[in-house]
Amino acid sequence: MTDMPISTAPKRSLFAADARTVRRNRAERRFRAYGMAAVGVGILALIVLLVSILGNGLSSFRQTYVSFPIELTAERVDPDGNRDPGEMARVTTFGYLPLLATAFEAHLDAEGIETDMGVRELAAMLSEEAPAQIRGMVLANPDLVGQTIDAQILMGGRIDGFFKGRVTMESAERDRNVTPAQLELAQILADRGAVETRFNWDFITAPDASGSRPEAAGLGVAIIGSFYMMLVVLVLALPIGVAASIYLEEFAPKNRLTDLIEVNISNLAAVPSIVFGILGLAVFINFMEFNQSSPLVGGLVLTLMTLPTIIIATRASLRAVPPSIRQAALGLGASKTQSIFHHVLPLAAPGILTGTIIGLAQALGETAPLLLIGMVAFVREYPDLMSVHSNSFPLMGDGATALPVQVYSWTQRSDPAFVERASGAIIVLLVFLLCMNLIAILLRRRFERRW
Amino acid sequence: MLWILITLLALGALGFVLGRQRAVASAGGDARILHSLPVYYGTNVTLLTLVPALLVLGVWLMAQPIVIDRVISAQLPDSYVAEAASRDLLMTEIRRLADGIDTAVERGAFNGRHALDLSVGDDIRQQLADAGVALGADVSPEVLQAAQSFREMSGAGRTWMTVAVFALAVAGLAYAYLRTNKDLRARNRVEYMILGVLMLASTLAILTTVGIVLSMLWDTRNFFQLYPWQDFFFGLEWRPSFEGNSELGLIPLLWGTLYISFIALLVAVPIGLFAAIFMAEYATKRVRSVAKPLIEVLAGIPTIVYGLFALITVGPMLRDYFAAPLGLGNSSSSVMTAGIVMGIMLIPFVSSLSDDIINAVPQSLRDGSYGLGATQSETVKQVVLPAALPGIVGAVLLAASRAIGETMIVVLGAGAAARLDLNPFEAMTTVTVKIVGQLTGDTDFSSPEALVAFALGLTLFVITLGLNIFALYIVRKYREQYE
Repeated sequence: MTDMPISTAPKRSLFAADARTVRRNRAERRFRAYGMAAVGVGILALIVLLVSILGNGLSSFRQTYVSFPIELTAERVDPDGNRDPGEMARVTTFGYLPLLATAFEAHLDAEGIETDMGVRELAAMLSEEAPAQIRGMVLANPDLVGQTIDAQILMGGRIDGFFKGRVTMESAERDRNVTPAQLELAQILADRGAVETRFNWDFITAPDASGSRPEAAGLGVAIIGSFYMMLVVLVLALPIGVAASIYLEEFAPKNRLTDLIEVNISNLAAVPSIVFGILGLAVFINFMEFNQSSPLVGGLVLTLMTLPTIIIATRASLRAVPPSIRQAALGLGASKTQSIFHHVLPLAAPGILTGTIIGLAQALGETAPLLLIGMVAFVREYPDLMSVHSNSFPLMGDGATALPVQVYSWTQRSDPAFVERASGAIIVLLVFLLCMNLIAILLRRRFERRW
Repeated sequence: MLWILITLLALGALGFVLGRQRAVASAGGDARILHSLPVYYGTNVTLLTLVPALLVLGVWLMAQPIVIDRVISAQLPDSYVAEAASRDLLMTEIRRLADGIDTAVERGAFNGRHALDLSVGDDIRQQLADAGVALGADVSPEVLQAAQSFREMSGAGRTWMTVAVFALAVAGLAYAYLRTNKDLRARNRVEYMILGVLMLASTLAILTTVGIVLSMLWDTRNFFQLYPWQDFFFGLEWRPSFEGNSELGLIPLLWGTLYISFIALLVAVPIGLFAAIFMAEYATKRVRSVAKPLIEVLAGIPTIVYGLFALITVGPMLRDYFAAPLGLGNSSSSVMTAGIVMGIMLIPFVSSLSDDIINAVPQSLRDGSYGLGATQSETVKQVVLPAALPGIVGAVLLAASRAIGETMIVVLGAGAAARLDLNPFEAMTTVTVKIVGQLTGDTDFSSPEALVAFALGLTLFVITLGLNIFALYIVRKYREQYE
């Protein structure tokens, strides 16, 4: 027996930790804290992101209006005097502008509010969109001519910003588009109850407005465009994706070709989305000559993009159906096709639907490829939803836009009020995404089976 | 178009009923004698009616415009083409005029006879404008003539297409109907056809890839014919100008892309990795069930949202609290802005992939380490992470490929100036920003300034594809180790 070297370490107590243990334990706690901090930072980032968007965007759902009586004098709005909307349409919005301005001035006089501003400066407090609104009202209902109506008039973007705290007296000093005197007058009107800031349905339903009238810009056309594209994606991507997955999962022999397809699909899922935009531009627009920025082209590009997602989800849920189901069907005399279409596919359906909804949600938020196929166009008019002619918006025509692209176009405009609009549009987008994901989660909870 | 489809579908439905009836009748009403279930006989007839007809319809619809374009373009007198800007522009004009006349006829402004008798003297532009169709320019006799023959050929093409499609549908229906009897192996036939459709669908993935590669290769080739490839790949200047003489060097864009991606990874990798370690090794089930979905929400948020976040919150904040006080610049869009926001976006990519990989490390390795007296963090650092390293590298590479291909964050957060600079608070630009920049707005697809976008796209595609394949290879290789 060899001599064991006698330990030269100092005597240790069993109750007090030695320096090394203390160090190691401290390192342990530190490491753990790093982990917690990392999770915390992630969640904090999410919260800051949401708070920033909500803080900037929630106010776009409220809008400032001023109400005063307007006399729709016949000689101005209906010079021919026959109350025919077709003839009255010839009076443009410029014809309505003086009407509004004088009515506003008269209202101030009647209320006994003193101001040294001219008519022009007073009219500048109202939205440039206001004459168009009154005109639309008159054309829709010619009986109003000659009457005095009590209308709620949209106020200009800067005045609106004043009531939302975005514009202050100091910033107005430096702003060419608004003067402190206008803000003071707006405050006086508000104190008398003539100005109201209320929920703004127009933000969700109205079409876009030009760069100088952010207060009138809305998301209606963008929502319709997004809706049509999602329809195209759903109609194309779901059947094609399911068919491809069934083939690859159930029928495909193991050979070079199917290997190639599999590698292909997993790579396509990671190709940058902008590359799909280039594909759409080159193939669908330059080669096949579809209309630029039509929902059809947008939908096709998004379909190609979502297909890998749907295929991967579908294959996973097909794989989750236990082989015993297939064997039982085959044992009772069903053919392979019958066993799959009658038994496996219905059992996999909840998983497929969930995957499809998540793919759709991804497609709904996608922006970059749509920019390349020309969806940045400024769309002022509501599309004629019933039109079947191929050159107007619903499916094949140009002049469509989509929710995320609308956000992008608004960020490119100079008026700071559009930042509020863009954030508001993102809130709408996020609400749609949230709903889709909730539906997916509910579907999974309700129908998913564990084998 | 619509009514062709409706009629075809009606024919298909008719075929179903007829086929089923004939099969049952041939068995004397006793379905047990039939080879297949009666449904299959009906479906067989329907498929034979619809599939060939629809295929021909689809091919015809795609081929007809191309063929007609070729013919019309060949008919244009060369002398006239030489005067106009280019043949492509001329063809666009012709197509627009033909479409315009068609629209006018459709809206009832012209009757068919009037549309055929149009001559240049009639001031067609005004007439069409009255019918609600706006033309870009006045109409020349050559264009009018070409447009008229365009209309004529399209009309004839449509007629022949209708005839061919219906003939094929009826022939298919008749053939399948006559072949139907009780011994026909209808189920097998239908299943073959279904299998064919399934196969076709699965090749679409390959077609997409081929389409991507071909479309970009084609235009990249055109680009390199106009602009030397050495100057593109090694050029240090990016200065496109639409009067010509552009400097279109890739290096500054690539530098911006890599710099931003690097900062993004600098943010995402430590946070994502530590979050993954915490959730896999330390977190209780309850914490995990709350924290993991919350972090993964970050992955579900569209990139435009991150872009806006960079533009309105992070950018101004970095400028006011870091860049301006430090004297490093006063631009709110900067490499740092885009990098940090992109890093936030990438956290869930790194964390959830790493989480899976860490969870896949066998418990026995940990138990062995604990048995030797290691603390939990020592086990993670010295046993779990080395075992999971290849997978984590794969995850980081995937995140890097995301970062390089990301568009909206850099479009809104990084700026547009192409610059070779080290200062992270300076605005720089990336490959994706320039693709968007060169291809939006009115673009002339014969100029190098527009075509360069395709070369950029191809570069991007090759880089990300390489990263992806490498990453997938590493991840897959690693997974096999513990299975």
